[in-house]
Amino acid sequence: MSLLEIRDLEVSFNTPDGVVRAVRGLSFDLDRGKTLAIVGESGSGKSVSTQSLTGLSRGAHVTGSATFDGIDLLTADEHQLRGIRGARIGMIFQDPLSSLHPYYRVGWQIVEMIRAHDRSVSKRAARDRAAQLLSMVGIPHAKDRIGDFPHQFSGGMRQRVMIAMAMSVEPDLLIADEPTTALDVTVQAQVLAVMRKLQDEMGTAIILITHDLGVVAEMSDEIVVMYAGQVMERASRRDLFYRHHHPYTEGLLASLPAQGGKGTRLSPIKGTPPSSINPPDRCPFAPRCPYAFDKCWRENPLPRVVFGDPSHQSACWLSTDEATRREERARMVASKLSAEEPA
Amino acid sequence: MIRFLIRRILLGILVLWLITMAVFGLFFVAPNNVARTMAGRQATPQTVELIRERLGLDQPVWKQYLDFIWKALHGNLGYDYYYQLPVTHIMAQALPITLSLALGASVIWLIIGVTNGVLSAVYPRSFIDRGLTAFALFFYSFPSFLLGLVLLYFIYYKLTLSGLRWFPPGGYAPLSQGPGQWALHMILPWLTLALVLAATYTRLTRSSMLDVLGEDYVRTARSKGLSERRVVLRHGLRSALTPVVTQFGIDLGQLIGGVVVTETVFSLPGLGKTVIDAITRQDLPVIVGIVIFASAAVVTANILVDVAYALLDPRVRLH
Repeated sequence: MSLLEIRDLEVSFNTPDGVVRAVRGLSFDLDRGKTLAIVGESGSGKSVSTQSLTGLSRGAHVTGSATFDGIDLLTADEHQLRGIRGARIGMIFQDPLSSLHPYYRVGWQIVEMIRAHDRSVSKRAARDRAAQLLSMVGIPHAKDRIGDFPHQFSGGMRQRVMIAMAMSVEPDLLIADEPTTALDVTVQAQVLAVMRKLQDEMGTAIILITHDLGVVAEMSDEIVVMYAGQVMERASRRDLFYRHHHPYTEGLLASLPAQGGKGTRLSPIKGTPPSSINPPDRCPFAPRCPYAFDKCWRENPLPRVVFGDPSHQSACWLSTDEATRREERARMVASKLSAEEPA
Repeated sequence: MIRFLIRRILLGILVLWLITMAVFGLFFVAPNNVARTMAGRQATPQTVELIRERLGLDQPVWKQYLDFIWKALHGNLGYDYYYQLPVTHIMAQALPITLSLALGASVIWLIIGVTNGVLSAVYPRSFIDRGLTAFALFFYSFPSFLLGLVLLYFIYYKLTLSGLRWFPPGGYAPLSQGPGQWALHMILPWLTLALVLAATYTRLTRSSMLDVLGEDYVRTARSKGLSERRVVLRHGLRSALTPVVTQFGIDLGQLIGGVVVTETVFSLPGLGKTVIDAITRQDLPVIVGIVIFASAAVVTANILVDVAYALLDPRVRLH
């Protein structure tokens, strides 16, 4: 059994403008010690889906199932969830300055975390452990720095503090919500390395939420690509980069600066993501898809196995067979080109 | 910190000095006939002149002022025109009453205001929130003289008429008559003052708390698996209190200088009532003395608020 099994997770919010369907049918499994990346643009439902797992998305209507080590997270009561949050599922967030309490010393904040889940640890022992953790995540003179306030640390150091705090009680799962987005590129790699090191030492599973495909390539074993609250494609790292099926994934990869080589223009995906309020029943990516055909506008595709590999799924009506898919794509592009030409 | 304090205190002294000049100036610009009033209706011009001389009013204004400053620096704020009592003595008698009123009320309004504000913010747009908001707005729009009279009418007048002589109609009982009597005399004034201010604090705490509860670090606190109580109080309220403390310092500073309306309604001879009486009698030394004290209270409160800020928020450094 996997550590975390998510099936058909749906998250919606009631707003004055209508029901926002933030997540529509998310499913995945995650094993101990593995890293799953959730990739997508802003508003694609990446953060909401993980926050709803631990009951942090307030006012959300959540359905489906999420089994964490045999416990159904969606039906667990607040007391049970509280025991899981932090202790078994640690979280780190995007902006490490605003994520640490500005009024409390970092040591105090880590000690609070340790003692919240194990009262039997003495304050002194928790403090020693905090210092040890800070030096594990690469903070120099950790013993002296546990008495410092968050604003006395740099951005990368603060994120290390967050990681140290989240890992202080050795959770089985770490949810890292855009952990490197707010950091300098040079610091990003260091922070990722720290996460990997702790993962190796503690055997933690990681859900890595990001929109940075570079981070994905660095860290993940499996990748879920989300768009407008839906899973577009789910694949191993290798498949995602070299044998992707979904046109959205293709678009994401094509918009990486390195793809075209030096001197070529960037090729972003045209158009903007759709609104999640009362979405129509069609492929959400159809309006921006270069290969969209009539079926895409009529029916919303569910993820299905592609290229004969059960670990690779794609929610696209294009053929699941590699050769046929290539032909179909060529035909769509050709027919679109001819349609655009003046008669 | 020390340099900051010294600078602020010097600045405060400058402010107080300017205020004494302003009060003196205003007093002599306005038509002034203290001597005539004191002399009585049928006094001869000679008598009036004699009184003016004795009060020092025949001297040029600048000389009176310098005289006043010189004595004030030696701890002597002069004597009141009518009974020749030292102004410091008059103030020393009135101050405990104002302090009792302001400090007692502040405890009540802080408890009500902060509790209601936190509840409103934790359950926003709920029945509790709307109820507490209505409660706050009701008292917020209540003039305190009217609230005082309404309390007196129902809780003193009506109760006493129906045979329950629980509350006195007003006046002050010093602590030396026992804390029970003291509190009994203060309850209605406390409520009058506190309910109006509690409304402000409810709104202030609510909005500040709502801001803080939306902060990332509160989400972090929840993600750590802390109890909701700890998240709200230890992580939320701790930050949300900063603006409340600021407001509290300023309000308390103002009140300690005299609570004019409430003291008048309940005939409490505190600084507020004393200064109002002094103004109607044009008793300059008393007016100046109390105004200086009130200003000093406000200035001190402001300095303390800045110090409190630095103590509350580690990111703030005083320069």
